[in-house]
Amino acid sequence: MRLLLSLLALLALPAQAEEIWVTNEKDDTISVIDVPTLTVVRTIPTGERPRGITFSPDHSLAYICASDSDAVQVMDAETGEILHDLPSGEDPEQFALSPDGRLLFIANEDDAVTTVVDTATRQVVGQIDVGIEPEGMAVSPDGKVAIATSETTSMAHWIDVATFTPFANTLVDSRPRHAEFTADGSRLWVSSEIGGTITVFETAGQTEVGKVRFKIPGVNADLIQPVGFVFTPDGKTAFVALGPANHVAVVDTESLEVTDYILVGRRVWHLAFSADHSKLFTTNGVSGDVTVIDVAARAAIQSIKVGRFPWGAALRP
Amino acid sequence: MRTASLWAMFMVACAVAPAPALEVPVLYLRQEVDRPPVLSNLDPVPENLGLAGAEVALKDAQTTGKFLGQTFRLDVVSVPPGDDFPAAAAAALATHRLVLIDAPAEAQLAVADLPGARDALLFNVSSGAARLRSGDCRANLLHTLPEDQARSDALMQVLQTRQWTELVMVVGPRPADQVFAAALETSAAKFGLRIAARKDWTFDTDLRDSTLEEIPRFTQDFPDHQVLLVADETDDFGRYLPDNAWLPRPVAGSDGMMPVAWAPVLESWGAVQLQNRFEDHANRPMRSQDYAAWVALRAIGEAATRTGSADPATLRAYLLGPAFELDGLKGRGLTFRGWNGQLRQPIPVVNARALIGMAPMPAFLHQRNEMDSLGLDEPESACTAFKE
Repeated sequence: MRLLLSLLALLALPAQAEEIWVTNEKDDTISVIDVPTLTVVRTIPTGERPRGITFSPDHSLAYICASDSDAVQVMDAETGEILHDLPSGEDPEQFALSPDGRLLFIANEDDAVTTVVDTATRQVVGQIDVGIEPEGMAVSPDGKVAIATSETTSMAHWIDVATFTPFANTLVDSRPRHAEFTADGSRLWVSSEIGGTITVFETAGQTEVGKVRFKIPGVNADLIQPVGFVFTPDGKTAFVALGPANHVAVVDTESLEVTDYILVGRRVWHLAFSADHSKLFTTNGVSGDVTVIDVAARAAIQSIKVGRFPWGAALRP
Repeated sequence: MRTASLWAMFMVACAVAPAPALEVPVLYLRQEVDRPPVLSNLDPVPENLGLAGAEVALKDAQTTGKFLGQTFRLDVVSVPPGDDFPAAAAAALATHRLVLIDAPAEAQLAVADLPGARDALLFNVSSGAARLRSGDCRANLLHTLPEDQARSDALMQVLQTRQWTELVMVVGPRPADQVFAAALETSAAKFGLRIAARKDWTFDTDLRDSTLEEIPRFTQDFPDHQVLLVADETDDFGRYLPDNAWLPRPVAGSDGMMPVAWAPVLESWGAVQLQNRFEDHANRPMRSQDYAAWVALRAIGEAATRTGSADPATLRAYLLGPAFELDGLKGRGLTFRGWNGQLRQPIPVVNARALIGMAPMPAFLHQRNEMDSLGLDEPESACTAFKE
C-alpha cells in the first residue's frame, strides 16, 4: 500500500521538478537534489573529476567540467544522458556561459589558458593566455567582458569578448578562486582563498573599491578561506562560502561588512539558491554533504548526504 | 639561455599594460656533497634535487611577471665537493643579490658571513639544522625548508592524536641520524609521549640478503610499544624496518609515517596542479627539498610582484612584514617567523601512498598561530639577529 502510494506520488510529480545539481569531485557523479523534499532523487554518472556545473539558459542542457577527462560534457538535463563533449583544453575546472548561451569561457587549470568554445558549432573560437592555474570565470551581464582569475599568479584578467584579448590584469590577494559580476554589471567580486578576502572592483575603470574581510570567533584566521559566493536577487546581500572555516558569511554588498556567519558542513566550496531564493544549498567537500540554509532565518536547517567531495552546485528550476 | 631571455623580452612586449620593466635575477648556489653509500639502490637522490623546484617556480614567476613587465632569471652556480665554496659564493655575490643556498649548515653560514652578502637576501633551501634558526641565525638568511624540530613535532602531534604514545627508537650511526633522534626525543617530551627505549643501529651487513633474520632479532628485546621510531636521515636502513620487526607495530620517523615538507602523495589544496607541473618538468616526483626551493623562489616572485622591486632590503621587509602571505598549496597561508626567518608552514605526515595528517593537528592550539606549535617558537629560539 505504502509502495503504491509512493509510486502514485512519483507519477504525480510535475514533468520538471525543481532540482539542485551537485557535482561529486571524487565519485564522478552528479547528485540531483529534489528541492521540495530535500532528498537525493537521482545520481548521474559523469566524466572524471566533475567540478564546475552550469545550465543552458533554457535549462535543457547541463554543462559539466570533467577535469580529469579534459572535457566539458554536455548532458541532457531531462535524461542525464551525455550528448557530446565540447573541446575544452586541458583540465577544465570552472567556466562561465555568456548571457546568450552561445560562448563558454573555460578555465584550463593545468595550462594557464582560458579556452572559448562556441556551444552551437562545438568549435574552439579562442584561447587566451592567462596566469598560472586559472580557475574563476565570469562574464559580465552585457556579455562584453569575461574574467579569468589565476590562482598562482593571483590576478583577475579582464578579457574583451569581442577580440578575446585581455585589456587589464589586476592583482588580488593570494589564490583567487571565484569571480562574479553584480547583477547590474557595475562591480566585480573576486574571492581569494589564501588571502582570506574578497576584492571588489568597480568595472568601468577596473579599480579596487574595497575588500570584504572575515573574522569568526574561535576560528583561526588562516582557516577562513573564501571560495564560492552568490548574490541575492535584490543585489543587497552576498553569501560567501568560507572553506575550512565551515561557515557561510552573509555580507552587506554596500558596506562590504559581514552581518552574519552560518555554520555549515566541512570545507564548504560553492552555493546555489532555490528558484524562489528562500533556500541556499552549500557543497561541503570534506563532510560529503550539502547544507540547506533557510535564507530568511539565516540558519542551516538540514544536511543532505551526497557523493564524495561535492564541489559545484547549480539550480535547475 | 639566449632563447629564454628572448622569450622573456617577447612576453614583456606582449604584456597589455606593462609597468616599468623590472629584472629579477635569482641565483641557485649549490655545494655538491658526496653522499654516503646506502643499502638499497631503489631511490637514488636526484641530481637536480632542489634545483628542479626552483626551475618550476621560475616558470610560475615568469608567467605572472609577463603581465607586469617583470622578468625573472635563474642562474646556477654548483660547486663540486672539495672546491672552495666560499670563494665561489663570493664571486657569485658580485652579480646576484637574491640567492637560494643548497648547502650544509656550515656552508650556509660561510656564505651569509661574506662581506658581499651583507645586503643580499639569502634563502636556506636545504638544511634543517636548529642552530641556523637559533644561536647561529643570520639576519640576511631566511629558511624555507622546515627545521628538523618542526618535522619531529608534526610526527608527535599525529601520534598523540592517534593516542599512540608508547614509543621505542632505532637510531642510525650518522651525525644527521643523531640530530634527528634528538629532535624526536625533544618533541616526544613536548607533546607527552614516551620513548621507552633506544637502540643504535650498528650492523654493517647488507640487509638485502638477510633482512628477515636480522631485523626481528634486533628489535626483539625492545619493551612493548605502540610505534617503532627510526632515525635514518640518509635513507640507509630504515626502509627494512616496516612489517619486519619482532612486534607488529607501525614504523614512524625516517620511514613508515614520515613528517616531510612535501611528498608526491599530496593532492588537496591545489597541490595536484603543482605535482603535475613538476612531473612535466622534471620527470620525477617532487620531494621536500624541491618544495623548499620552489617556495623560496615563489616568495621572491610574490614580493617582487607586490612591491615592484628587486631590491633585497625592500623584498626582505615585505617578506617579514604583515602583508606577506604565500599560497604554499598546503592549505594555509605561509608567512615568515619574525624572530628567526623560518617559513611557517604545515608539515604533512605521510606514508608511501597517502597523507596521514597535516600538522598542526586540530587539537594543538597556539596563542599566535597554530603553525607555531611546530618547530622553534619565539621563546625557544636564541636568535637575536632579527631584532633591529
